[in-house]
Amino acid sequence: MRQRVPLVLCFLFGIIIMVVEFSPHPIAGKVTQEVQQWGLIISPFALVLAVATLVRIHWVRIRRRSEYWQYSFLVFFGLIIMVAIGIPFRQQHPVFVWLFDYVYAPMDATMFSLLAFFIASAAYRAFRARTLEATLLLVAALIVMIGNVPIGDFLWDKIMPFGDGFPSKARQWILETPNSAARRGIILGVSLGVISQSLRIILGIERSYLGSGGD
Amino acid sequence: MLDKLMNLDRRIIFILVALGVIIPTFLEVNFPIVASQPTRNIYNRIESLPIGTSIIIAFDYGPGSMPELHPMAKAVLTHCFRKKVRVIGMTLITEGATLADEMMRDVAAATGAVYGEDYVYLGYRSGSELVLREMGNSINAVYESDYAETPLAEIPMMQDITNYEQINLVIDLASGETVESWILYANTRYNQEIAAGVTGVMVSQMYPYLQTKQLVGLMSGLLGAAEYEQLIEQPGTGTKGMSVQSFVHLLVAGLVIWGNIVFLIQRRRASD
Repeated sequence: MRQRVPLVLCFLFGIIIMVVEFSPHPIAGKVTQEVQQWGLIISPFALVLAVATLVRIHWVRIRRRSEYWQYSFLVFFGLIIMVAIGIPFRQQHPVFVWLFDYVYAPMDATMFSLLAFFIASAAYRAFRARTLEATLLLVAALIVMIGNVPIGDFLWDKIMPFGDGFPSKARQWILETPNSAARRGIILGVSLGVISQSLRIILGIERSYLGSGGD
Repeated sequence: MLDKLMNLDRRIIFILVALGVIIPTFLEVNFPIVASQPTRNIYNRIESLPIGTSIIIAFDYGPGSMPELHPMAKAVLTHCFRKKVRVIGMTLITEGATLADEMMRDVAAATGAVYGEDYVYLGYRSGSELVLREMGNSINAVYESDYAETPLAEIPMMQDITNYEQINLVIDLASGETVESWILYANTRYNQEIAAGVTGVMVSQMYPYLQTKQLVGLMSGLLGAAEYEQLIEQPGTGTKGMSVQSFVHLLVAGLVIWGNIVFLIQRRRASD
Protein backbone atom coordinates (compact mmCIF):
# COMPACT_ATOMS: atom_id res chain seq x y z
CA MET A 1 0.00 0.00 0.00
CA ARG A 2 2.82 2.42 0.92
CA GLN A 3 4.32 1.91 -2.52
CA ARG A 4 1.25 1.35 -4.69
CA VAL A 5 -0.64 4.55 -3.82
CA PRO A 6 2.28 6.90 -4.62
CA LEU A 7 3.02 4.91 -7.79
CA VAL A 8 -0.60 5.22 -9.00
CA LEU A 9 -0.79 8.93 -8.10
CA CYS A 10 2.53 9.61 -9.82
CA PHE A 11 1.43 7.76 -12.96
CA LEU A 12 -1.98 9.47 -13.09
CA PHE A 13 -0.74 13.01 -12.53
CA GLY A 14 2.30 12.51 -14.74
CA ILE A 15 0.14 11.40 -17.67
CA ILE A 16 -2.57 14.04 -17.06
CA ILE A 17 -0.07 16.92 -16.90
CA MET A 18 1.80 15.64 -19.96
CA VAL A 19 -1.43 15.51 -21.97
CA VAL A 20 -2.92 18.84 -20.83
CA GLU A 21 0.40 20.68 -21.18
CA PHE A 22 0.33 20.18 -24.94
CA SER A 23 -3.39 20.70 -25.41
CA PRO A 24 -4.85 24.12 -26.29
CA HIS A 25 -8.35 23.04 -25.09
CA PRO A 26 -9.83 25.32 -22.37
CA ILE A 27 -10.51 22.33 -20.11
CA ALA A 28 -6.83 21.43 -20.29
CA GLY A 29 -5.95 24.94 -19.09
CA LYS A 30 -8.35 24.65 -16.18
CA VAL A 31 -6.95 21.25 -15.18
CA THR A 32 -3.38 22.64 -15.25
CA GLN A 33 -4.42 25.62 -13.14
CA GLU A 34 -6.20 23.40 -10.62
CA VAL A 35 -3.23 21.04 -10.28
CA GLN A 36 -0.87 24.03 -9.93
CA GLN A 37 -3.01 25.30 -7.07
CA TRP A 38 -2.80 21.90 -5.39
CA GLY A 39 0.97 22.00 -5.85
CA LEU A 40 1.17 25.44 -4.25
CA ILE A 41 -0.84 24.17 -1.28
CA ILE A 42 1.27 21.03 -0.91
CA SER A 43 4.69 22.70 -1.32
CA PRO A 44 4.82 24.36 2.16
CA PHE A 45 4.55 20.85 3.64
CA ALA A 46 7.99 20.18 2.17
CA LEU A 47 9.33 22.89 4.49
CA VAL A 48 7.64 21.23 7.49
CA LEU A 49 9.13 17.92 6.41
CA ALA A 50 12.57 19.53 6.15
CA VAL A 51 12.32 20.91 9.68
CA ALA A 52 11.12 17.54 10.99
CA THR A 53 14.06 15.78 9.31
CA LEU A 54 16.52 18.34 10.70
CA VAL A 55 15.15 17.83 14.23
CA ARG A 56 15.28 14.05 13.89
CA ILE A 57 18.87 14.01 12.57
CA HIS A 58 20.17 16.25 15.35
CA TRP A 59 18.16 14.45 18.03
CA VAL A 60 19.75 11.17 16.96
CA ARG A 61 23.21 12.81 17.00
CA ILE A 62 22.67 13.95 20.57
CA ARG A 63 21.28 10.59 21.69
CA ARG A 64 24.18 8.67 20.14
CA ARG A 65 26.78 11.22 21.28
CA SER A 66 28.11 11.36 17.69
CA GLU A 67 31.15 13.50 16.89
CA TYR A 68 30.53 17.18 17.75
CA TRP A 69 27.06 16.28 19.13
CA GLN A 70 27.20 19.34 21.38
CA TYR A 71 26.72 21.61 18.35
CA SER A 72 23.32 20.02 17.73
CA PHE A 73 22.08 21.90 20.81
CA LEU A 74 22.97 25.12 18.99
CA VAL A 75 20.81 24.00 16.06
CA PHE A 76 17.84 23.52 18.40
CA PHE A 77 18.58 26.79 20.17
CA GLY A 78 18.63 28.73 16.88
CA LEU A 79 15.56 26.94 15.54
CA ILE A 80 13.49 27.55 18.68
CA ILE A 81 14.46 31.24 18.92
CA MET A 82 13.67 31.99 15.26
CA VAL A 83 10.39 30.04 15.32
CA ALA A 84 9.33 31.56 18.68
CA ILE A 85 9.77 35.07 17.28
CA GLY A 86 9.02 34.52 13.60
CA ILE A 87 5.68 32.71 13.86
CA PRO A 88 3.76 34.80 16.43
CA PHE A 89 5.34 38.20 15.64
CA ARG A 90 6.04 37.69 11.89
CA GLN A 91 9.24 38.35 9.95
CA GLN A 92 9.01 42.13 10.16
CA HIS A 93 9.39 42.13 13.95
CA PRO A 94 12.51 44.14 14.93
CA VAL A 95 13.94 41.24 17.01
CA PHE A 96 13.57 38.83 14.09
CA VAL A 97 15.14 41.34 11.70
CA TRP A 98 17.96 42.01 14.21
CA LEU A 99 18.67 38.27 14.55
CA PHE A 100 18.69 37.91 10.77
CA ASP A 101 20.90 40.97 10.16
CA TYR A 102 23.38 40.51 12.98
CA VAL A 103 23.50 36.74 13.54
CA TYR A 104 22.34 34.78 10.49
CA ALA A 105 23.57 37.10 7.70
CA PRO A 106 27.14 37.56 9.05
CA MET A 107 27.49 33.81 9.70
CA ASP A 108 26.28 32.90 6.21
CA ALA A 109 28.45 35.58 4.60
CA THR A 110 31.48 34.43 6.64
CA MET A 111 31.06 30.83 5.50
CA PHE A 112 30.86 31.98 1.89
CA SER A 113 33.79 34.37 2.13
CA LEU A 114 36.06 31.59 3.41
CA LEU A 115 35.80 30.14 -0.09
CA ALA A 116 38.11 32.88 -1.39
CA PHE A 117 40.92 31.56 0.81
CA PHE A 118 40.34 27.92 -0.06
CA ILE A 119 40.00 28.64 -3.79
CA ALA A 120 43.28 30.59 -3.78
CA SER A 121 45.06 27.73 -2.02
CA ALA A 122 43.45 25.06 -4.22
CA ALA A 123 44.21 27.01 -7.41
CA TYR A 124 47.88 27.27 -6.44
CA ARG A 125 48.11 23.52 -5.86
CA ALA A 126 45.84 22.09 -8.54
CA PHE A 127 46.22 24.40 -11.55
CA ARG A 128 49.26 22.77 -13.14
CA ALA A 129 50.05 22.55 -16.86
CA ARG A 130 50.55 18.78 -16.74
CA THR A 131 48.84 17.96 -20.05
CA LEU A 132 47.64 19.87 -23.12
CA GLU A 133 44.02 19.88 -21.84
CA ALA A 134 45.12 21.10 -18.41
CA THR A 135 47.19 23.84 -20.06
CA LEU A 136 44.21 24.98 -22.16
CA LEU A 137 42.05 25.07 -19.03
CA LEU A 138 44.75 26.96 -17.16
CA VAL A 139 45.15 29.60 -19.89
CA ALA A 140 41.37 30.05 -20.28
CA ALA A 141 40.94 30.39 -16.51
CA LEU A 142 43.71 32.99 -16.27
CA ILE A 143 42.23 35.04 -19.13
CA VAL A 144 38.72 34.94 -17.63
CA MET A 145 40.08 35.78 -14.17
CA ILE A 146 42.08 38.77 -15.39
CA GLY A 147 39.46 39.87 -17.94
CA ASN A 148 36.80 39.85 -15.25
CA VAL A 149 38.38 42.71 -13.31
CA PRO A 150 39.14 46.22 -14.58
CA ILE A 151 42.77 46.01 -13.49
CA GLY A 152 43.31 43.52 -16.35
CA ASP A 153 42.47 46.02 -19.09
CA PHE A 154 44.16 48.82 -17.15
CA LEU A 155 47.51 47.02 -16.92
CA TRP A 156 47.32 45.64 -20.47
CA ASP A 157 46.66 49.09 -21.94
CA LYS A 158 49.57 50.54 -19.92
CA ILE A 159 52.06 47.82 -20.86
CA MET A 160 51.04 46.74 -24.37
CA PRO A 161 51.09 49.14 -27.30
CA PHE A 162 48.38 47.15 -29.15
CA GLY A 163 44.97 45.49 -28.55
CA ASP A 164 43.06 47.93 -26.35
CA GLY A 165 41.10 46.09 -23.63
CA PHE A 166 42.36 42.70 -24.77
CA PRO A 167 41.77 40.81 -21.48
CA SER A 168 38.07 41.74 -21.23
CA LYS A 169 37.51 41.11 -24.96
CA ALA A 170 39.23 37.72 -24.72
CA ARG A 171 37.15 36.85 -21.65
CA GLN A 172 33.99 37.80 -23.49
CA TRP A 173 34.96 35.65 -26.48
CA ILE A 174 35.71 32.64 -24.25
CA LEU A 175 32.32 32.99 -22.53
CA GLU A 176 30.39 33.58 -25.75
CA THR A 177 32.02 30.99 -27.99
CA PRO A 178 33.68 27.87 -26.53
CA ASN A 179 31.85 28.17 -23.19
CA SER A 180 28.42 28.60 -24.78
CA ALA A 181 29.00 25.71 -27.16
CA ALA A 182 29.98 23.41 -24.31
CA ARG A 183 27.11 24.63 -22.09
CA ARG A 184 24.59 24.01 -24.86
CA GLY A 185 25.80 20.44 -25.18
CA ILE A 186 25.47 20.00 -21.42
CA ILE A 187 21.98 21.56 -21.38
CA LEU A 188 20.80 19.26 -24.20
CA GLY A 189 22.30 16.20 -22.52
CA VAL A 190 20.81 17.04 -19.14
CA SER A 191 17.40 17.76 -20.70
CA LEU A 192 17.34 14.41 -22.48
CA GLY A 193 18.36 12.76 -19.21
CA VAL A 194 15.56 14.56 -17.34
CA ILE A 195 12.98 13.44 -19.95
CA SER A 196 14.07 9.81 -19.76
CA GLN A 197 14.24 9.86 -15.95
CA SER A 198 10.78 11.49 -15.76
CA LEU A 199 9.34 8.78 -17.98
CA ARG A 200 10.94 6.11 -15.81
CA ILE A 201 9.39 7.68 -12.70
CA ILE A 202 5.94 8.13 -14.28
CA LEU A 203 5.92 4.54 -15.54
CA GLY A 204 7.04 3.22 -12.17
CA ILE A 205 10.37 1.82 -13.41
CA GLU A 206 12.39 4.18 -11.22
CA ARG A 207 11.19 3.81 -7.61
CA SER A 208 14.07 5.09 -5.49
CA TYR A 209 12.07 8.24 -4.58
CA LEU A 210 9.69 5.98 -2.62
CA GLY A 211 12.38 5.06 -0.12
CA SER A 212 12.95 1.56 1.23
CA GLY A 213 9.51 0.97 2.82
CA GLY A 214 7.75 -2.20 1.67
CA ASP A 215 4.10 -2.78 0.81
CA MET B 1 63.88 24.61 -2.17
CA LEU B 2 61.70 23.83 -5.20
CA ASP B 3 59.76 21.25 -3.17
CA LYS B 4 59.12 23.88 -0.53
CA LEU B 5 57.82 26.30 -3.14
CA MET B 6 55.67 23.61 -4.76
CA ASN B 7 54.09 22.77 -1.42
CA LEU B 8 53.83 26.32 -0.14
CA ASP B 9 52.19 26.38 3.29
CA ARG B 10 48.54 27.24 2.75
CA ARG B 11 48.68 29.66 5.70
CA ILE B 12 51.05 31.85 3.65
CA ILE B 13 48.49 31.86 0.81
CA PHE B 14 45.73 32.71 3.30
CA ILE B 15 47.78 35.64 4.64
CA LEU B 16 48.48 36.89 1.11
CA VAL B 17 44.75 36.74 0.23
CA ALA B 18 43.86 38.55 3.47
CA LEU B 19 46.40 41.28 2.66
CA GLY B 20 45.09 41.40 -0.91
CA VAL B 21 41.66 42.21 0.51
CA ILE B 22 42.62 44.51 3.39
CA ILE B 23 45.20 46.78 1.72
CA PRO B 24 43.10 47.80 -1.34
CA THR B 25 40.12 48.41 0.99
CA PHE B 26 42.09 51.17 2.70
CA LEU B 27 43.90 52.42 -0.41
CA GLU B 28 40.63 53.03 -2.28
CA VAL B 29 42.19 52.65 -5.72
CA ASN B 30 39.67 52.89 -8.56
CA PHE B 31 40.16 51.52 -12.05
CA PRO B 32 38.18 52.66 -15.10
CA ILE B 33 35.11 50.46 -15.57
CA VAL B 34 33.52 50.14 -18.99
CA ALA B 35 30.01 48.63 -19.04
CA SER B 36 29.76 45.41 -21.05
CA GLN B 37 26.98 44.98 -23.61
CA PRO B 38 24.91 42.47 -21.56
CA THR B 39 24.81 44.91 -18.60
CA ARG B 40 24.13 47.84 -20.92
CA ASN B 41 21.17 45.91 -22.38
CA ILE B 42 19.40 45.90 -18.99
CA TYR B 43 20.10 49.59 -18.50
CA ASN B 44 18.82 50.42 -22.00
CA ARG B 45 15.71 48.29 -21.52
CA ILE B 46 14.78 50.13 -18.30
CA GLU B 47 15.59 53.46 -19.95
CA SER B 48 13.18 52.60 -22.76
CA LEU B 49 10.28 51.83 -20.41
CA PRO B 50 7.59 54.54 -20.23
CA ILE B 51 6.79 56.13 -16.86
CA GLY B 52 4.35 54.04 -14.83
CA THR B 53 5.12 50.68 -16.42
CA SER B 54 5.84 47.78 -14.09
CA ILE B 55 8.68 45.36 -13.69
CA ILE B 56 9.34 42.48 -11.30
CA ILE B 57 12.63 42.20 -9.43
CA ALA B 58 13.17 38.76 -7.91
CA PHE B 59 15.67 38.80 -5.04
CA ASP B 60 16.63 35.14 -5.24
CA TYR B 61 19.74 35.19 -3.08
CA GLY B 62 20.79 34.89 0.54
CA PRO B 63 23.39 36.62 2.70
CA GLY B 64 26.20 34.47 1.26
CA SER B 65 25.83 36.14 -2.13
CA MET B 66 24.91 39.56 -0.77
CA PRO B 67 28.25 41.27 -1.55
CA GLU B 68 27.80 40.57 -5.27
CA LEU B 69 24.03 40.87 -5.67
CA HIS B 70 23.04 43.57 -3.18
CA PRO B 71 24.94 46.32 -5.07
CA MET B 72 23.18 45.18 -8.27
CA ALA B 73 19.79 45.33 -6.55
CA LYS B 74 20.53 48.80 -5.22
CA ALA B 75 21.68 50.12 -8.60
CA VAL B 76 18.73 48.65 -10.55
CA LEU B 77 16.17 49.82 -7.97
CA THR B 78 17.66 53.31 -7.95
CA HIS B 79 17.45 53.42 -11.73
CA CYS B 80 13.82 52.24 -11.73
CA PHE B 81 12.71 54.68 -9.03
CA ARG B 82 14.47 57.57 -10.78
CA LYS B 83 12.72 56.63 -14.03
CA LYS B 84 9.35 56.23 -12.24
CA VAL B 85 9.17 52.60 -13.30
CA ARG B 86 7.04 50.69 -10.79
CA VAL B 87 8.72 47.73 -9.11
CA ILE B 88 7.22 44.54 -7.71
CA GLY B 89 9.70 42.80 -5.43
CA MET B 90 9.52 39.10 -4.60
CA THR B 91 11.71 36.12 -3.77
CA LEU B 92 11.66 32.39 -4.32
CA ILE B 93 14.10 31.61 -1.51
CA THR B 94 13.42 32.02 2.20
CA GLU B 95 16.68 33.83 3.06
CA GLY B 96 15.94 36.48 0.45
CA ALA B 97 12.77 37.73 2.14
CA THR B 98 14.29 39.98 4.81
CA LEU B 99 17.19 41.12 2.63
CA ALA B 100 14.88 42.27 -0.15
CA ASP B 101 12.52 44.05 2.24
CA GLU B 102 15.38 46.06 3.74
CA MET B 103 16.91 46.85 0.36
CA MET B 104 13.64 48.10 -1.14
CA ARG B 105 12.91 50.27 1.91
CA ASP B 106 16.44 51.76 1.90
CA VAL B 107 16.43 52.63 -1.81
CA ALA B 108 12.86 53.95 -1.63
CA ALA B 109 13.83 56.21 1.29
CA ALA B 110 16.83 57.53 -0.65
CA THR B 111 14.89 58.18 -3.87
CA GLY B 112 11.53 59.22 -2.42
CA ALA B 113 9.61 56.25 -3.84
CA VAL B 114 6.25 55.62 -2.18
CA TYR B 115 5.14 52.16 -1.06
CA GLY B 116 2.01 50.97 -2.83
CA GLU B 117 2.38 53.52 -5.62
CA ASP B 118 5.96 53.16 -6.87
CA TYR B 119 6.79 49.77 -5.45
CA VAL B 120 5.35 46.74 -3.71
CA TYR B 121 7.12 43.94 -1.92
CA LEU B 122 5.40 40.56 -2.04
CA GLY B 123 7.94 38.51 -0.08
CA TYR B 124 8.45 34.75 -0.26
CA ARG B 125 6.17 31.95 -1.40
CA SER B 126 7.17 28.31 -1.45
CA GLY B 127 6.67 26.31 -4.62
CA SER B 128 9.39 27.75 -6.86
CA GLU B 129 8.40 26.78 -10.44
CA LEU B 130 4.73 26.50 -9.47
CA VAL B 131 4.81 30.09 -8.22
CA LEU B 132 6.20 31.28 -11.55
CA ARG B 133 3.68 29.28 -13.57
CA GLU B 134 0.70 30.38 -11.52
CA MET B 135 1.76 34.03 -11.63
CA GLY B 136 1.23 33.77 -15.38
CA ASN B 137 -2.45 33.18 -14.66
CA SER B 138 -2.90 35.40 -11.63
CA ILE B 139 -0.39 37.03 -9.30
CA ASN B 140 -3.19 37.35 -6.77
CA ALA B 141 -3.68 33.57 -6.74
CA VAL B 142 -0.13 33.15 -5.45
CA TYR B 143 0.26 36.27 -3.35
CA GLU B 144 -3.07 37.23 -1.81
CA SER B 145 -1.24 39.81 0.28
CA ASP B 146 2.10 41.63 0.35
CA TYR B 147 4.98 41.06 2.79
CA ALA B 148 3.25 43.16 5.47
CA GLU B 149 0.07 41.13 4.88
CA THR B 150 -1.90 43.91 3.24
CA PRO B 151 -4.28 42.33 0.71
CA LEU B 152 -3.15 43.09 -2.85
CA ALA B 153 -6.65 44.36 -3.61
CA GLU B 154 -6.02 47.25 -1.17
CA ILE B 155 -2.71 48.29 -2.77
CA PRO B 156 -3.22 51.03 -5.42
CA MET B 157 -0.31 49.91 -7.62
CA MET B 158 -1.66 46.38 -7.90
CA GLN B 159 -5.12 47.42 -9.11
CA ASP B 160 -4.17 47.19 -12.78
CA ILE B 161 -1.75 44.27 -12.49
CA THR B 162 -3.17 40.77 -12.91
CA ASN B 163 -0.39 38.64 -14.38
CA TYR B 164 2.70 38.79 -16.61
CA GLU B 165 0.75 40.64 -19.31
CA GLN B 166 1.10 43.86 -17.33
CA ILE B 167 4.77 43.24 -16.50
CA ASN B 168 7.29 44.68 -18.97
CA LEU B 169 10.41 43.02 -17.61
CA VAL B 170 11.51 40.54 -14.95
CA ILE B 171 14.98 40.93 -13.46
CA ASP B 172 16.10 37.90 -11.50
CA LEU B 173 18.98 38.58 -9.12
CA ALA B 174 20.04 35.06 -8.36
CA SER B 175 22.64 32.91 -6.71
CA GLY B 176 21.04 29.59 -7.71
CA GLU B 177 18.95 27.83 -10.32
CA THR B 178 16.04 30.29 -10.34
CA VAL B 179 17.09 32.07 -13.57
CA GLU B 180 16.54 28.84 -15.51
CA SER B 181 13.12 28.46 -13.85
CA TRP B 182 12.15 32.00 -14.86
CA ILE B 183 13.28 31.26 -18.43
CA LEU B 184 11.46 27.91 -18.56
CA TYR B 185 8.16 28.99 -17.09
CA ALA B 186 7.79 32.75 -17.52
CA ASN B 187 9.70 33.30 -20.76
CA THR B 188 8.96 30.14 -22.74
CA ARG B 189 5.35 29.77 -21.62
CA TYR B 190 4.23 33.38 -21.25
CA ASN B 191 6.76 35.17 -23.46
CA GLN B 192 7.83 37.28 -20.50
CA GLU B 193 11.06 39.27 -21.02
CA ILE B 194 13.71 38.16 -18.53
CA ALA B 195 17.02 39.72 -17.52
CA ALA B 196 19.34 38.42 -14.85
CA GLY B 197 22.00 39.45 -12.40
CA VAL B 198 23.99 36.48 -11.16
CA THR B 199 27.02 35.66 -9.03
CA GLY B 200 30.39 35.44 -10.77
CA VAL B 201 30.51 31.63 -10.65
CA MET B 202 27.18 31.33 -12.47
CA VAL B 203 27.95 33.62 -15.37
CA SER B 204 29.21 30.92 -17.73
CA GLN B 205 25.88 29.04 -17.39
CA MET B 206 23.91 32.06 -18.54
CA TYR B 207 25.60 32.83 -21.85
CA PRO B 208 23.64 30.35 -24.00
CA TYR B 209 20.39 32.00 -22.85
CA LEU B 210 21.81 35.43 -23.59
CA GLN B 211 22.64 34.41 -27.15
CA THR B 212 19.16 32.98 -27.76
CA LYS B 213 17.61 36.21 -26.37
CA GLN B 214 15.86 34.22 -23.66
CA LEU B 215 17.74 36.66 -21.45
CA VAL B 216 17.62 40.24 -22.67
CA GLY B 217 20.48 41.29 -20.43
CA LEU B 218 22.92 39.97 -17.87
CA MET B 219 24.89 41.44 -14.98
CA SER B 220 27.92 39.34 -14.10
CA GLY B 221 28.80 39.27 -10.42
CA LEU B 222 30.38 42.24 -8.71
CA LEU B 223 31.66 43.47 -12.08
CA GLY B 224 28.07 43.68 -13.35
CA ALA B 225 27.08 45.67 -10.27
CA ALA B 226 30.00 48.06 -10.73
CA GLU B 227 29.12 48.46 -14.43
CA TYR B 228 25.52 49.29 -13.60
CA GLU B 229 26.65 51.80 -10.97
CA GLN B 230 28.74 53.48 -13.65
CA LEU B 231 25.77 53.58 -16.03
CA ILE B 232 23.51 55.28 -13.48
CA GLU B 233 26.47 57.50 -12.45
CA GLN B 234 26.25 56.49 -8.81
CA PRO B 235 29.35 54.55 -7.74
CA GLY B 236 28.67 52.39 -4.70
CA THR B 237 29.85 49.21 -3.03
CA GLY B 238 30.09 47.43 -6.39
CA THR B 239 32.63 49.93 -7.70
CA LYS B 240 34.51 49.96 -4.40
CA GLY B 241 34.54 46.16 -4.25
CA MET B 242 35.88 45.95 -7.79
CA SER B 243 39.26 47.39 -6.81
CA VAL B 244 39.55 44.81 -3.99
CA GLN B 245 38.51 42.00 -6.32
CA SER B 246 41.01 43.25 -8.92
CA PHE B 247 43.94 42.82 -6.56
CA VAL B 248 42.78 39.43 -5.31
CA HIS B 249 42.30 38.14 -8.88
CA LEU B 250 45.74 39.45 -9.76
CA LEU B 251 47.19 37.73 -6.69
CA VAL B 252 45.55 34.37 -7.49
CA ALA B 253 46.64 34.61 -11.15
CA GLY B 254 50.17 35.45 -9.97
CA LEU B 255 50.19 32.49 -7.60
CA VAL B 256 49.00 30.13 -10.34
CA ILE B 257 51.66 31.40 -12.78
CA TRP B 258 54.34 31.18 -10.10
CA GLY B 259 53.27 27.66 -9.16
CA ASN B 260 53.50 26.59 -12.80
CA ILE B 261 56.95 28.11 -13.30
CA VAL B 262 58.20 26.16 -10.29
CA PHE B 263 56.40 23.03 -11.54
CA LEU B 264 57.99 23.29 -15.02
CA ILE B 265 61.49 23.87 -13.60
CA GLN B 266 61.08 20.86 -11.32
CA ARG B 267 59.83 18.69 -14.20
CA ARG B 268 62.74 19.71 -16.43
CA ARG B 269 65.24 18.91 -13.68
CA ALA B 270 63.62 15.54 -13.06
CA SER B 271 63.81 14.66 -16.78
CA ASP B 272 67.49 15.71 -16.93
